[in-house]
Amino acid sequence: MSYRDILRKYKKDRTRLIDILKEIQRAEGFIPGKAVPAVVENLGLSTAEVEGVISFYHFLSDRPLGKYVVYLNNSITAEMFGREGVLRAFEQETGCLWGQTSPDGLVTLLDTSCIGMNDQEPAAIINGTVFTCLTPEKVNKIVGWMKEGRPVENMVEEYGDGANAHELIRAMVSNNIRRRGPVIFGDYAPGKGLTRALEMTPECLIDEVKKANLLGRGGAGFPTGLKWEFCRKEKGEEHFVVCNADEGEPGTFKDRVILTERPEMVFEGMAIAGYAVGARRGILYLRHEYTYLRRYLEYILEKMREQGWLGENIAGRSFSFDIEIKMGAGAYVCGEESALLESAEGKRGEPRDRPPFPVQKGYLNQPTTVNNVETLATATQIVVHGAGWFRSMGTPVSAGTKLLSVSGDCERPGVYEVEYGLTVKELLEMAGARDTLAVQVGGPSGNCISENGFGRKICFSDLPTGGSIIIFNRSRDLLSIVSNFLDFFIEESCGWCVPCRAGNVLLKKKFEKIASGRGTLQDLREIEAWGKIIKSTSRCGLGQTSPNPILTTLANFREIYEGLINKEADFIPDFELEKALAEACALTGRKYQEEHHHA
Amino acid sequence: MPEPIKFIIDGKECTAEPGQTIYEAAKANGVYIPVLCHFEGLKPVGSCRICSVRVNGRWMAACTQPVAPGMVVENHTTEVEEYRRALIEMLFVEGNHFCPACEKSGNCELQALAYRYQIMVPGFPYLFPKKDIEAFPKFLLEHNRCVQCRRCIRAIQTPDGKKIFDMKNRSGRVRINVDRKLAAKLSEEEAQKAMDICPVGAILKKEVGFRIPIGKRKYDKKPIGSEIEESK
Repeated sequence: MSYRDILRKYKKDRTRLIDILKEIQRAEGFIPGKAVPAVVENLGLSTAEVEGVISFYHFLSDRPLGKYVVYLNNSITAEMFGREGVLRAFEQETGCLWGQTSPDGLVTLLDTSCIGMNDQEPAAIINGTVFTCLTPEKVNKIVGWMKEGRPVENMVEEYGDGANAHELIRAMVSNNIRRRGPVIFGDYAPGKGLTRALEMTPECLIDEVKKANLLGRGGAGFPTGLKWEFCRKEKGEEHFVVCNADEGEPGTFKDRVILTERPEMVFEGMAIAGYAVGARRGILYLRHEYTYLRRYLEYILEKMREQGWLGENIAGRSFSFDIEIKMGAGAYVCGEESALLESAEGKRGEPRDRPPFPVQKGYLNQPTTVNNVETLATATQIVVHGAGWFRSMGTPVSAGTKLLSVSGDCERPGVYEVEYGLTVKELLEMAGARDTLAVQVGGPSGNCISENGFGRKICFSDLPTGGSIIIFNRSRDLLSIVSNFLDFFIEESCGWCVPCRAGNVLLKKKFEKIASGRGTLQDLREIEAWGKIIKSTSRCGLGQTSPNPILTTLANFREIYEGLINKEADFIPDFELEKALAEACALTGRKYQEEHHHA
Repeated sequence: MPEPIKFIIDGKECTAEPGQTIYEAAKANGVYIPVLCHFEGLKPVGSCRICSVRVNGRWMAACTQPVAPGMVVENHTTEVEEYRRALIEMLFVEGNHFCPACEKSGNCELQALAYRYQIMVPGFPYLFPKKDIEAFPKFLLEHNRCVQCRRCIRAIQTPDGKKIFDMKNRSGRVRINVDRKLAAKLSEEEAQKAMDICPVGAILKKEVGFRIPIGKRKYDKKPIGSEIEESK
């Protein structure tokens, strides 16, 4: 398709800018500079605005890429299970250095943040197709096929379980559902919840969800019923339901499994939410990494329209609701609801200031409820089975079940649907974890707990989590884990506010000083103080949690840090003089002599 | 007339009009809350966070947060001032700021804040980033000094609302990016406005320099914020 055709297809809809750029990239292999003026003119934007969007998203490129583009996940779990060997194999087989495109234009080798495959690492996305459990041997084979020109779809030799094998998905991804609970993986017949919901008034429906005490499953835990109520009461030209399927927290992948195995339950939940808040339109914001699910999800939507669960006059009533899928383009921060809305409008995914909250001014400045995939699926089951049923599970504060994405050092990584209130110890036993050193609850932005905390409960009042659980055994080096997490936040900061943009870089520098054995007690005090400043003054949840890898390991594994610092020295400079002067010494032909610098 | 809102800053009873932000209300009550990215008449964006205050124990940006009845705001307290100082210092180390050689010296709000907070040397290691200088027909863009406050993005747009300046990249790599075609059409007055609105010396109008000598500039005479503090 030419630019003209692509632009014509999306009319002059500014909210489709990311889709337009993606289609251009699909056609051209990248977004050439010569394509920008056409986009600019068509949408009535400036070049600066369009370039701003292109440069914000990890999967959009204004530079030529290879015929095959390898995005190898760099999450800590990938590192633990052989990423380095896989990376070297790609380099050796292609003759291409990491981060570059091979001279013959065959391949580009790049890193990417967690792609939601933490239970089957190392994993990569190559031209949109997911490759899991990579080994150097598999890489040899894949690169061999690349040299033959084989399309990536034909490189998938074996499909995963469940719907992963469906003809519209055909992915090697495994669901790894280890424990089926009564809510997400319980009995379910599409349409039952929606029918029941439509028999109630929207107010009664909201009341039922409030009574169930459903708290947001994305991690923040805001009461869903209350959110719907706020949204409903707000005046606007149109109300919207947005499903947040941008799970980017390293180590979480449960929404991927829900969308693979329970998409109807999610879409039905969106329709129920639509009825509750008075919306006719819903948007599923799907992270770019899950593009391989898109065709299947479109098919499910179509099927639901045919069955009358979406579209005009649902179940013969006056309620109409439909859903469109909008794709992300690679940015962790878009999991933050206001950044997600910006992105859904085709802009840079930068968080908004609140107030106004999305329920007041959300998508296109209209009242919008943004809910997590699991929250919406859960809402469907609450409507079917009732608030009492739901509250009979979990704890008084944290009702119901939670899907946990368990990865790392355990025999059975995968998805577990458990009741709230489960202890970490019980979970470790379930997953077959032995000799555990630490458990990262809630991903890098959460809490790294030690054995002392294994008796703690997974619930909102003790250890809240959006679902990411990463297990580290005693053979692991905690410092390299922290280092990986800090790099993640530095890369994924949107760069809007000072503490997150600059502070996280400074925090990492200080951490490296300590990790290299050049830290003092003063450095430990400073890293803690800096962490608090970043947490307190950052503009959104990303910066407000980004120092957690340091702060929680300092709290729970202080002895590791104390063992590293030089307790005798009051002060050790940030740089080593000899190293800093090396270049100057070489240029002038003089030797570095330490005693000269003491005076 | 709607009822004025009552709130407290550092023990002082203040009143605000509904809809006012903490910063605006504080200013109206003669209380200075330092700001850098904020500029009167532009929609606040809360990017520098230097106006951070603690309200009933929670940290907030005074430039974006509306006043609510009964708010107890900590402004000039040891901890709040320490955090602000750290944010100013972060800006100094993430850019390349050489005040003595800068055309904006004396009129620079970042420099003025550093004086107000008596910063002799930042408590953070310098990052010495590699940043460029770009030239446009009417102005220079000195990325080394840019603090990403977004004032130019907000203030300098075409009559039909296109952004002449916008942000490019993300994380520590963010830079102000200029639409060359649109920038070429800027009038002398608009270019001057862009320079004036820039709190630092990142946007410099070409062909004029040091019109007001060093020593006679805005903050050479009085510290930043004193005009607000002297208003009551």
